[in-house]
Amino acid sequence: MTPDRITPTGTAFAAILGKDLRAELRTLQSLPAMGLFAVTTFVIFRFGLDRTTLSGSLAAGVLWATLLFAALLGVNRLFVAEREQGGFDAIRLAPIDRSALFAAKAAALLAYLIVLELIVVPIFALFFLDSAAALGPLAAVLLLADLGIAATGTLISSMAVHSRARDLLGPLVLLPLLVPLMIAATGASEPLLALGGPGYHRFGTWLAVLGLYDLVFLLVGYAVFDFLLED
Amino acid sequence: MKPGQGTGEPALSAIGLRRDYGERTALEGVGFELGGGETLLVLGPNGAGKTTLLRILATLLRPSGGELRALGCAIPTESWKLRGRIGLLGHEPLLYRDLSGRENLRFHARLHGIGGERAEARIGELLAAVAMERRADERVAELSAGMRQRLAICRCVLHEPELLLLDEPDSNLDAGGRELARALIGPGEARTRVVVSHDPERFEGEADQVLRLEAGGRPVLA
Repeated sequence: MTPDRITPTGTAFAAILGKDLRAELRTLQSLPAMGLFAVTTFVIFRFGLDRTTLSGSLAAGVLWATLLFAALLGVNRLFVAEREQGGFDAIRLAPIDRSALFAAKAAALLAYLIVLELIVVPIFALFFLDSAAALGPLAAVLLLADLGIAATGTLISSMAVHSRARDLLGPLVLLPLLVPLMIAATGASEPLLALGGPGYHRFGTWLAVLGLYDLVFLLVGYAVFDFLLED
Repeated sequence: MKPGQGTGEPALSAIGLRRDYGERTALEGVGFELGGGETLLVLGPNGAGKTTLLRILATLLRPSGGELRALGCAIPTESWKLRGRIGLLGHEPLLYRDLSGRENLRFHARLHGIGGERAEARIGELLAAVAMERRADERVAELSAGMRQRLAICRCVLHEPELLLLDEPDSNLDAGGRELARALIGPGEARTRVVVSHDPERFEGEADQVLRLEAGGRPVLA
């Protein structure tokens, strides 16, 4: 091993992401909890609101509040193995660009969110929507919002995991940071879920806001992650 | 040519090394100079800063003061150049419990840029060296502490590091395990080693130098 030899970032990214997905498939520590939480919340809304259909802002609110809090369960567990089983040390000892860890963890969280939504969004439609026409365009909103949650969640989770109060600290810092993302996501979803079929009023604007949020937090994560891993 | 092997520069040198945790000083005034292929034995009671010293040498902790050079690089300013040249065997095996031993070693090999057949050959060779081939596909969580230590030794030397940092390397190993481990992490020309131990008799024969620390992290003056 020569001093200047650095493992390619793509190789390190694939190694960390592959390890995380393999461990999740084997232990199912995050996804089932996220899915169960989301479905239970939909059931509570269904009976609590005493309505068989929802539309517009109420539907968007129910959907995004549920997905946001389900996502927090995944965010909280994102770095637990690294913290408890020495993964941080192993990664810090390796000749890699540490932003590979940020990218791999964000990609793992994004994968969890996509799988979660593939399961629970059809259940949401079944519980609350008259038709499934909104689901196609809603996928774009979900994907952009997921990317924002993954970038911000990874950043905050990497800081909170070192604290003894990580289960409290993570959401406490993360939720305010996700408010703009949630405003944009519900704003984009509201016309799609309107009574009488999907509409596209200011849809493009909200998608642009989501994209901008994603870009900002991906860049912030890339820029500061190396410093967060220092002692 | 490696530092300490004819270049005139020691493989490892420390002058007045200090590390504080808040107001508590864990290490103070530590100095030594070690040539390439030599072994430094660090002795001391609990709380003497032995593990702190090892983590500083591994670039996992920043020193609060003093000067430190390893393998020709200044720590912490050139720490990035050292990563991949150090093998750390600490209290924790740095293995994921939900993956098998072989999967863990593949993961670490990829992090160190060793892939494909080269990685498989190296992993096979190391597993054979610690007599773990038959249990290598079991989850680490299901293995005994001694077996985890054998895997941790494989992980530590997988990338053929020039500097070995060993914290109680014999812990959890039986006599057979200690003998197998010696081939991988014992003294050797290509290995500069820092060994931390509570047991002076076990390693004193292998040591070129001995650093004794007292509680509070100060070196004991002979």
